[in-house]
Amino acid sequence: MFYIYCPHCGEHREEEEFHAKGQAHLARPLDPDNCTDHEWGEYLYMRKNPRGLHHELWIHATGCRKFFNMTRDTVSYEIKEVYKVGERPTVVAAS
Amino acid sequence: MSQKNRLASGGRVDRAKALNFSYNGRQYPGFEGDTVASALLANGVDIVGRSFKYSRPRGIIAAGAEEPNAVLQVGATEATQVPNVRATQQSLFNGLVCSATNGWPNADLDLMGYVGKVGGRMMPPGFYYKTFMYPPSLWETYEKFIRKAAGLGRSSTERDPDMYDKVNHHCDLMIVGAGPAGLAAALVAARSGARVILADEQSEFGGSLLDTRETLNGRPAAEWVATVVEELKQHPEVLLLPRSTVNGYHDHNFLTIHERCTDHLGDKAPAGQVRQRMHRVRANQVVLATGAHERPLVFGNNDVPGCMQAAGVSTYINRYAVVPGKELVLMTTNDHAYQTALDWHDAGRKVVAIVDTRQNPKGDRIDAAKSRGLNIIAGSGVIEVQGSKRVTGVSIAPLNAAGDALAGAVERLGCDTVASSGGWSPVIHLSCHTGSRPEWRDDVIGFVPGKTVQKQHCAGGINGTYSLKAVLEEGARAGAAACEAAGFSDAAKGISLPLAEEVREGKAMALYHIPHTKPTSRAPKQFVDYQNDVTAAGIELATREGFESIEHVKRYTAMGFGTDQGKLGNINGMAVAAKSLNQTIPQTGTTIFRPNYTPVTFGAVAGRDCGALFDVNRFSAMHKWHLANGALFEDVGQWKRPWYFPQGGETMQQALDRECKATRESVGILDASTLGKIDIQGKDAREFLARVYTNAWAKLPVGKCRYGLMCGEDGMVFDDGVTSCLADNHFLMTTTTGGAPRVLEWLELYHQTEWPELEVYFSSVTDHWATMTISGPNARKLLGELTDIDLDRDTFKFMDLRQGDVAGVPARVFRISFTGELSYEINVQANYGLHVWEKLFEHGAKFNLTPYGTESMHVLRAEKGFIIAGQDTDGSVTPIDLGMSWCVSNAKPFSYIGKRGMAREDCVRTDRKHLVGLKTREPKTVIPEGAQAVNDPKQPIPMTMLGHVTSSYYSANLGHSVAMGFVRNGHNRMGETVFYPLADGRVIEAEICNPVFLDPKGERQNV
Amino acid sequence: MQHYSGFGLLKHALNFHENWQRVWRNPTPKKKYDVIIVGGGGHGLATAYYLAKEHGITNVAVIEKGYLGGGNTARNTTIVRSNYLWDEAAHLYEHAMKLWEGLSQDLNYNVMFSQRGVLNLGHTLQDMRDIERRVNANRLNGIDGEVLDAKSVQEIVPIMDCSGNTRYPVMGASWQPRAGVARHDAVAWGFARAADALGVDLIQQTEVIDMVIEDGAITGVNTNRHGVISADRVGCVVAGNSSVLAGMAGFSLPLESHPLQALVSEPIKPILDTVVMSNHVHGYISQSDKGDLVIGAGIDGYNGYGQRGSYPTIEHTVAAIIELFPMFSRVRMNRQWGGIVDTCPDACPIISDTPVENLFFNCGWGTGGFKATPGSGNVFAATLAKGEAHPLAKPFSMFRFHNGSLIDEHGAAGVAH
Repeated sequence: MFYIYCPHCGEHREEEEFHAKGQAHLARPLDPDNCTDHEWGEYLYMRKNPRGLHHELWIHATGCRKFFNMTRDTVSYEIKEVYKVGERPTVVAAS
Repeated sequence: MSQKNRLASGGRVDRAKALNFSYNGRQYPGFEGDTVASALLANGVDIVGRSFKYSRPRGIIAAGAEEPNAVLQVGATEATQVPNVRATQQSLFNGLVCSATNGWPNADLDLMGYVGKVGGRMMPPGFYYKTFMYPPSLWETYEKFIRKAAGLGRSSTERDPDMYDKVNHHCDLMIVGAGPAGLAAALVAARSGARVILADEQSEFGGSLLDTRETLNGRPAAEWVATVVEELKQHPEVLLLPRSTVNGYHDHNFLTIHERCTDHLGDKAPAGQVRQRMHRVRANQVVLATGAHERPLVFGNNDVPGCMQAAGVSTYINRYAVVPGKELVLMTTNDHAYQTALDWHDAGRKVVAIVDTRQNPKGDRIDAAKSRGLNIIAGSGVIEVQGSKRVTGVSIAPLNAAGDALAGAVERLGCDTVASSGGWSPVIHLSCHTGSRPEWRDDVIGFVPGKTVQKQHCAGGINGTYSLKAVLEEGARAGAAACEAAGFSDAAKGISLPLAEEVREGKAMALYHIPHTKPTSRAPKQFVDYQNDVTAAGIELATREGFESIEHVKRYTAMGFGTDQGKLGNINGMAVAAKSLNQTIPQTGTTIFRPNYTPVTFGAVAGRDCGALFDVNRFSAMHKWHLANGALFEDVGQWKRPWYFPQGGETMQQALDRECKATRESVGILDASTLGKIDIQGKDAREFLARVYTNAWAKLPVGKCRYGLMCGEDGMVFDDGVTSCLADNHFLMTTTTGGAPRVLEWLELYHQTEWPELEVYFSSVTDHWATMTISGPNARKLLGELTDIDLDRDTFKFMDLRQGDVAGVPARVFRISFTGELSYEINVQANYGLHVWEKLFEHGAKFNLTPYGTESMHVLRAEKGFIIAGQDTDGSVTPIDLGMSWCVSNAKPFSYIGKRGMAREDCVRTDRKHLVGLKTREPKTVIPEGAQAVNDPKQPIPMTMLGHVTSSYYSANLGHSVAMGFVRNGHNRMGETVFYPLADGRVIEAEICNPVFLDPKGERQNV
Repeated sequence: MQHYSGFGLLKHALNFHENWQRVWRNPTPKKKYDVIIVGGGGHGLATAYYLAKEHGITNVAVIEKGYLGGGNTARNTTIVRSNYLWDEAAHLYEHAMKLWEGLSQDLNYNVMFSQRGVLNLGHTLQDMRDIERRVNANRLNGIDGEVLDAKSVQEIVPIMDCSGNTRYPVMGASWQPRAGVARHDAVAWGFARAADALGVDLIQQTEVIDMVIEDGAITGVNTNRHGVISADRVGCVVAGNSSVLAGMAGFSLPLESHPLQALVSEPIKPILDTVVMSNHVHGYISQSDKGDLVIGAGIDGYNGYGQRGSYPTIEHTVAAIIELFPMFSRVRMNRQWGGIVDTCPDACPIISDTPVENLFFNCGWGTGGFKATPGSGNVFAATLAKGEAHPLAKPFSMFRFHNGSLIDEHGAAGVAH
């Protein structure tokens, strides 16, 4: 069970208060109507799903109800950092 | 009855407290402080079970968690039966009832044993994969026999009378194991002021110090233990948990502790007490001081009762004052095990020989044995044991220096006990639970914890550190380091460790499997994993057949799959496999340790979260009234919603007919409180609604309500509801009962991640309001008696909302309708709900005000063709599929959620499955919901299905059935016929029609 | 291939089991194969077997980074059933079911397929509507199934609490008598042994570290131990690593890899003769031939390749089991573990060609791949042999996520498998 620091509450809380919501930084296309089916399918479904460092969206569901981003290792489960929506991660995978 | 193996003095049992227990139907005495195992051995009970594959008699081998054989059925009553209790870990209590689990008619005289002897050779590893295949029809019969033979104890067949509990902790240090290392760490930590939890699986703290004859400060080690425990008890921030096994170590330093609170007191917990408790611990730092388990050696017939682990024998002698035999042969690869011979000898029993596999053993303990005149046979091994129900003797033979071949003639010795030691295996299980791989160390001859990302410190036996002095020092160091890391510095200052004896030891030999005169495949069975009857020959066979990965060996032979999870056998098994594959043990690798360290009661894992507390019950403010008025309830999400209100001896259909007719003819009332309600405010609230709903919201005036559909980005409907404009920047959204949390999260998701520039705020107000809908031609008259709101049909119109008083309390009244009748949805503060509801009934009697539940609501709305999201949708239908294009506004400037999804190639097909009305050819026939439509019911199977019936009822108001369902291309097939072939052989014929069966022009709601 | 039988066993017993042949070779890989299958789990091995047996393509290598059958094949709860809702899925799983029914004899390896029946419980009116819908569809698709009320469920599982006094009472169930369980390891080993006997090279402890792609077409794979191995076609069947391999080939998949946890009790005497699954209370249970109660939990919500999940998931599952079987409260949980499941947005697999020519993927089975093992291998083998999707595989193209023709099995697949 993860021990998660909520950047909005400023506290560590148990994972049971949070829900993972999948890949972070998935921007909705600004002009959906001009997307091709392919582009829309990529946005809707295609995911990075990395083995290793992963930027993902979480919500403090039974806490402040706010979303935030987390950089986490999907193998060791270490949380490298949490940051608010709109911010950029400082820990990124070497590409 | 005497306890023939009990010494007159010594040990930690309380001879003043005599206890009686029953094993296999016979009564035996024991003492307070005994385990079931020590009491059985004290009474000279040799056989504690039969092995499951070969039905061989088995005796107690060890004294702790690693015991593979003594797993007993415990329980005096049916309801308190516990299968597979390890006798070495069960404290004795007066009246304890236990029995061996395998053996027919009993473990002592087991007729299956003959089958095992004869048939055993037919059962190499994996034999079941190679046979029982022909003829195929007989497999089920074979399987019955296999299943019967397998399994150990049996489950109770009654409800558990006991209660379980959970408690959450946060601590600075979690120390696992209260042996010398753990106690030293705890002492350091306690004095630093850190919050400490110290847990140990045994009934008292001390670990190896409880059965050692080594001294501390020149006094018995147990005295130091008592002093330390006394001090720890004085520290307010220290929690001491004996009888508590840390069974799992999870990510981010989360650990679970299984505390057995009352299992030492009786079968059933004393009244009002909790039987077992799970501690859920979030630890800043963890100190693992879990010690080590001694490995017995692998040799011929090493499972005959009387063959034991050397350390276990010492524990029985020193801690329980039980000498489990008369004449001992000890076989060892190391100095430490000599202690067992010394203990045996000093207890006044005969040591026949110490058989040391090393050519030239040297060390203090060897000198001590020599000084007692004990017979040391160096450079030799016990190759085979004689006896069946008890050891009667051994065959020994000289070994070569490497220990892999015999180097001389076989000699026989008489004895009744064989203790063996192949060295120690660190208890690294917990350190592996979070994915850390252990590392092999040749100097330790064992695996030690590997690299980990957890905040973990290890001390003592787990590191392969075995001298008492070094263990204490490591413990104190680990405690100090953990304190430092947790922010308690200078912890180690002022700690003086007790003075331990220095024992000089020679080098141990890395030997696991004693060779025999015959090849392993032909030698008497050499057991590696006792519980699963895995032999060295079996492991060699597995590798010969190509199962070369240690995981394959494990899975093919079942090694390590028992309730002991291979604590004794795994390293030996890896060694046998490695030798067979010409590899080293680290090359062969280790299997993965998983929670639990030792088994954990399901009841304890569930705690109180079962029965009525399995999930939250949500009730509306009027729930008491519903109960008093005979409602039956439907589970919708966590809510208990009235389903229908039968009166007298009514059947369900009769009740529904009455409820539906009363509503259409006069007035009915529904408790609609469970619908999700989300309060939406902010200057951009309207814009936000326009983006998340499929229809238009820009022009909804204040005081007006509008129905909306919500889709995912894929264009599929996922919720619906009515949203009302309370003020230009204030809306109230309603959602389906089950969908409320998901919708709120959905809104927040889009607001927080996509459109943070919109000024809008969401609050769930579902529980704040009690909602009751009165519906029917007399609704206005009824409400008129109770409200100051002007109900005039031309000023308070359909889809309007008004605020005012109802029954003397402030209310919001929405003129919206899910029945197609004149309806008012009255919302009052939840605390007033029951009051208003009762007032409505006071005034409603003259109108025959009739309560109706969800089922009548479903019928009434189906008569009108209104959908229920979740019943008439399933995540694969667009608004267009539902025939609700009127609720889609593609003229909106913003590309609302769902718009692009709906436009995908597959979604714009005109022959998708469409929701249509269905009129049965035989009007009274109700098509079962879930029935599948076909064009030709006589076509061969598999048939081409067109879609299923989503909603179907008998309508008392219309006098015929009404149904909605999906039909492929249905919107273009109005008036055509489809067929519903049912499981009972009937075929129902139905005509595709408009789903609005009643009042298609919507006049009734506009009266 | 050495034939296995009771008589053979007796003969070998007389020779102290010293003369059993290897179940498979340990070959050095060739430079080039007709087909390389990446992933030596149940699905990959089945693919290799059917390629050789049904399509005569024996110049095949299976490349496995660990040991055969060591991924989800080794970690699942072994439930086999075919009662899926949508035609596309139902036909695929029923194809697998028919292969299961003769598999032990076909492979000459007892996979211990035990058709003891599976109950999918319903606890709400909507559950029951969904069950009716699914069973009706199953029957018209030629798949056995019945809708049972609570009383009939109680007759099949007398030890379950069907009293109506539980938080979510059992209202009924769907019942597929032909469904059941199988011995998971034996499935991988049986396919491996049979494939090996037909000439397939099983290359263990060898990891694919890159794809060799020229002009948009794959020509081989690069491995950590044997360098580049060439092939005309490559099929990836690597549950738990599909996205990683797709990444090597330069495209994304609509997958998320989640931990899926399971647990077993200590072995106890036979007490539960069928498989009981409940999506609503999130638990499913059967008893293995060894006596363990085999219990499956739901997936953890986060992406994870760690083969372990979070403890509350276990707690919730155990609570669900006690809710259904209060008598198991004093039985003890022996071991828990986790697998990595690649979940697809529509809870259906991908069996597909890809943007790279001659590269095919078979993935996304989510929590329910084991039951499909022979069917998945069978249609994937046909797909690899012909270079185009087998008719049963066609609807499972990865390109359905672009045109929107998803097959949403969430209702039937749910959490429980």
